[in-house]
Amino acid sequence: MIQTIAFYLFATLVIASAVLTIVARNPVHSVLWLILAFFNAAGLMILVGAEFIAMLLVIVYVGAVAVLFLFVVMMLDIDFAELRSGFATYLPFGVLLVLVLAAEMIFAVGAWQAGGIDMASRVAPTPEGVSNIEAIGTLLYTRYLYIFEGAGLVLLVALIGAIVLTHRVRGGVKVQNVSAQNMRRPEDATRNVKPAVGQGVEL
Amino acid sequence: MTALFQTWGLPFAWASFASMLIGILAIALPLMLAVAMIIYVDRKIWAAMALRRGPNVVGPWGLLQSFADGLKVFLQETIIPSAANKGLFLLAPIITFTVALIVWAVIPFAPGVVLADINIGLLYILAASSIGVYGVIIAGWASNSKYPFYSALRAAAQMVSYEVSIGFVLISVVLWTGSFNMSAIIEGQRAHVFGFLNGYGFNPLLFPMAVVFFISALAETARAPFDLTEAESELVAGYQTEYSSMAFALYWLGEYANVILMCGLNAILFWGGWLPPIDWAPLYMVPGIVWFFAKLFAFFFVFSWVKATVPRYRYDQLMRLGWKIFLPLSLFWVVLVSGWLEVTRYGVFG
Repeated sequence: MIQTIAFYLFATLVIASAVLTIVARNPVHSVLWLILAFFNAAGLMILVGAEFIAMLLVIVYVGAVAVLFLFVVMMLDIDFAELRSGFATYLPFGVLLVLVLAAEMIFAVGAWQAGGIDMASRVAPTPEGVSNIEAIGTLLYTRYLYIFEGAGLVLLVALIGAIVLTHRVRGGVKVQNVSAQNMRRPEDATRNVKPAVGQGVEL
Repeated sequence: MTALFQTWGLPFAWASFASMLIGILAIALPLMLAVAMIIYVDRKIWAAMALRRGPNVVGPWGLLQSFADGLKVFLQETIIPSAANKGLFLLAPIITFTVALIVWAVIPFAPGVVLADINIGLLYILAASSIGVYGVIIAGWASNSKYPFYSALRAAAQMVSYEVSIGFVLISVVLWTGSFNMSAIIEGQRAHVFGFLNGYGFNPLLFPMAVVFFISALAETARAPFDLTEAESELVAGYQTEYSSMAFALYWLGEYANVILMCGLNAILFWGGWLPPIDWAPLYMVPGIVWFFAKLFAFFFVFSWVKATVPRYRYDQLMRLGWKIFLPLSLFWVVLVSGWLEVTRYGVFG
C-alpha cells in the first residue's frame, strides 16, 4: 500500500519536474527542476531495492554534475527574446526526434507485450543475503571487468581531452611558487651588517 | 519502541510511524539546543583566545546569550529584496537547514542508538552533504545581488573540490572496515592498533587520512580558515548578505549543525566513536554516549581554536590545497591502503 503511494508520488514528480525542466522559461529554474527529477528518480531506485544506485545518483548527479550545470547556467547572460528566436529553425529537427522516440516507445511496448523475454530473472537481480554494493562489486570486477576498465579508460581519455582542448599557456602571468617561498630562509634575503659610523652600507 | 506502541493496540504501520516520529524529535530538538549552546561555546573559546570575556551579560556567565539572539532574530521583520527571486530566496535557507538535520539520521550516538541503521550510512552522509551546497548557490543567485553571487560561485567550487578528497578518505576507511554501515565502522575500530587502541586514527597508515579529513571538514563546513564564502572583508557577509530574520537564523542553525556533524564524523570515522580510546574493561564503565560527545566536543574545541588563530586562506591557495595536494595525496593513499590490505588481509600471492 505505502509502496504504491510512494511509487506513484515519485513517478508523478519525476515526470512533472521533467516536463517543467523543458517548459520553464528561466534556465536556472530548468536546472533546479532537473535536480528535483534526479532526486525523485533516486527515490524510485530505493523503492526497487537498489539503494546503492540511488545514493550514487544523488552524489554524482545532484552533488556534482548538476552543481556544475547550475554553476555555468547561473553565469549566463539570459536574453529571453534570443532564447525563443531559434524555435522555428529547430522545429523540424525537434519533430523528427519526437517521431523517432515515439516510434521506439510504441515498438518497445509492443515487444514487451508480445512476451518471450524472461522478465522474472531481471526483477530481483540481487542474490539472497548479499548487500547491493557487494552484488554490484562482484559482477563489475569479475564478469564485466574488461568492459568496466574500458569505460574507465574512455573517461580518462575524455578527461585528458578536455584539459588539452581548454588549457592555454598565457605568457606574462605571474604565478606564485609556493614551495620556493617556503624554502626561502631569512639568510637568502637579509644580511646582518655592522657599518662603522658615517660609512653606510654597500648594497 | 514500535513494539511498545503495538501493545497499545496500534497497527504495525502506525506504530512504526509513531516511533520514527519520536526518534526524529529526540534527535532534532536536542540538536537545536546543542547548536544554541555550541554557538555560545564557540564565542567563549574565541573570546578567551583573544583575551576577551565573550558573552557574559544574558543569564549566568552569559549562558542564555544564544537564546536572546534567537528571540531577537525571531522578532525581526523578514525583508525580501524586491529584485530577488522570492520563491527560491526563501527556499534556500530551508534547504540548508533541512539537509543539516536529515544527515543526523544515520549517526550512531551509542551502541544501537541510531535512528536509521542502514547499510549505506556513509554514502547517505555523502549524498546529503553534497545537497547542502544548493542552499548556498540558490541563495546567491536568488538574492540578485553581486556579493552573494560571488559567494555562491566560491561555495560551489569549494565544496565540489573538497568533496573529492573527502570521498577518497572515506574510501580508505571503508576499505579497511569492509562496510558502509556507521556502526560497523565503529565496531571495526575496536582494538584496532596493537590490540588495545580503539580508532583508525592510531593506525600510522590511516593517520594522514585523519588529518586530511579534518582539514577537508573545515573546508566543507566553510569554517575559518576556509570561510571564503562569507569573507567579510571582501564579500560583506557572502550569501547571507540579503537575508534577515528567521531566514538568516536558519543559515546559522544549519551551519552550526553541520559543524557539530563534521566533529562527530571525525570522532566516528577515525577515533572510535562511542568506544573509549583504549580497549580496557574499566573504561567501558563510562557510557558510550559520553565518549562520543567527549570526542565530538574535543574536535569542536579544535575547530574553534583554528578559527581563533589561523588567518583566512586566499581563494587560489584554497583551490591549490584541494586539488594539488589533498587530491593526489588521498588518491595515492587509497592505492596504498588497498595494496596493504591486499597483501596482509587477502593474501595477494595466495
